Amino acid sequence: MIDKSVKDKSNKVKVDTKIDGKTGDIDFNTLKSGGLIKQTQKDLFTVRLRCPGGRVPLSKLEKILEVAKKYAGDYVHLSVRQSIELPYVDYHDFKKLNEELLEADQKIASCGRRIRVPTACSGCEYNPNGIMDTQKMAELVNEKFFAHPMPHKFKISFSGCPIDCARTSENDLGFQGAVEPKWVEEICIGCRICASACREGAIESDPESGRPIFYAQKCLYCGDCIRSCPTDSWQEERKGWIIRVGGKHGRHPVVGRKIAEFVSDEDILEFIEAIIKWYEKAGRACGTLRIGDILRMPEQWNDFISELRIRFDKKLLPDPKMPYKNEIHFE
Amino acid sequence: MVEDMVSSQLDLRGVMCPINIVQLKLKMKEIENDGILEIVIDEGEPMQNVPRSIKKEGHKVIKVEKIPEGCYKLLVRKNGGSLK
Repeated sequence: MIDKSVKDKSNKVKVDTKIDGKTGDIDFNTLKSGGLIKQTQKDLFTVRLRCPGGRVPLSKLEKILEVAKKYAGDYVHLSVRQSIELPYVDYHDFKKLNEELLEADQKIASCGRRIRVPTACSGCEYNPNGIMDTQKMAELVNEKFFAHPMPHKFKISFSGCPIDCARTSENDLGFQGAVEPKWVEEICIGCRICASACREGAIESDPESGRPIFYAQKCLYCGDCIRSCPTDSWQEERKGWIIRVGGKHGRHPVVGRKIAEFVSDEDILEFIEAIIKWYEKAGRACGTLRIGDILRMPEQWNDFISELRIRFDKKLLPDPKMPYKNEIHFE
Repeated sequence: MVEDMVSSQLDLRGVMCPINIVQLKLKMKEIENDGILEIVIDEGEPMQNVPRSIKKEGHKVIKVEKIPEGCYKLLVRKNGGSLK
């Protein structure tokens, strides 16, 4: 059933709808930037849909099903980054497919050297571990930065808590919710629940009084102590986003590193803007490289940190560490 | 003594998460507001999850006591009566 041969050697097709700002004879790379990915089969493409944070309202889902039945194969594929993809779409149908999806405000995604659709966990809205609102931020970042051209692909993810389901250290830019606890002595009854609730060994109980002894360096900022304390003697000191930068997966994964802690929603947008600006500059000097590979060059890393330091000063960690390679093929 | 006010007991030793939380929820339905339930849970995962679930449901742990064989006895006041 699957035709492995690529019969279309022209690498261009005539398209009667706007893809990535172009229309007419469009090459496959441009189509890919617009979220239309060439399949091995002649004239057929996979259409990647824009599903920020992996959340798809039922009204859109209904329309997607309707359109898929008309123009695509007999299944949809859920991409690794939370998109719905419609395979086996003939390029002659792009215009109709796009127009019909837009009736439900469902847009097509992007691919190639661009800011991709942000991914996110379900966040604090209904997940009991959630600390920050990942879905709100994924929506905001999608609106503000989606498809912005970059030196290479650029992926952003949001995790609501330190369990980090959205793998923030494997994205070019990752944001993870965190809450720093503080202990209010007067209302503590020495019940020892916090020491049992803490999975990191960051809280021990005083053998006599039962009151907590806090080892801040072991704290992951998950908030389990705050959620379990019966008297609210553990409270929120600071809450916000941990920012990790420079991660990637692919052939040669790189581990993104923490550059800031407890950043507010508003400051996140400022950080993204500043990092985009720096990456555009660094890309002109270094070529088509992922930001993590550029940041592993010591002189680039120093430039990156000093530029962010000017704008964000103490909001940046005092001594952030460079991303490093996580070699998985040649161990 | 708050122990004298215990109106019901539930032994959740050996009951895994989240079954223990479900059983506790069902038991709570039988108790009147401000009534006190005594539960026994294991150390480890139950102690990580049950107290925070009690709090989330609006009840209040008013006393915790470590008992032998790695267990905890908790007194829980339905719908968060204040500490007396």
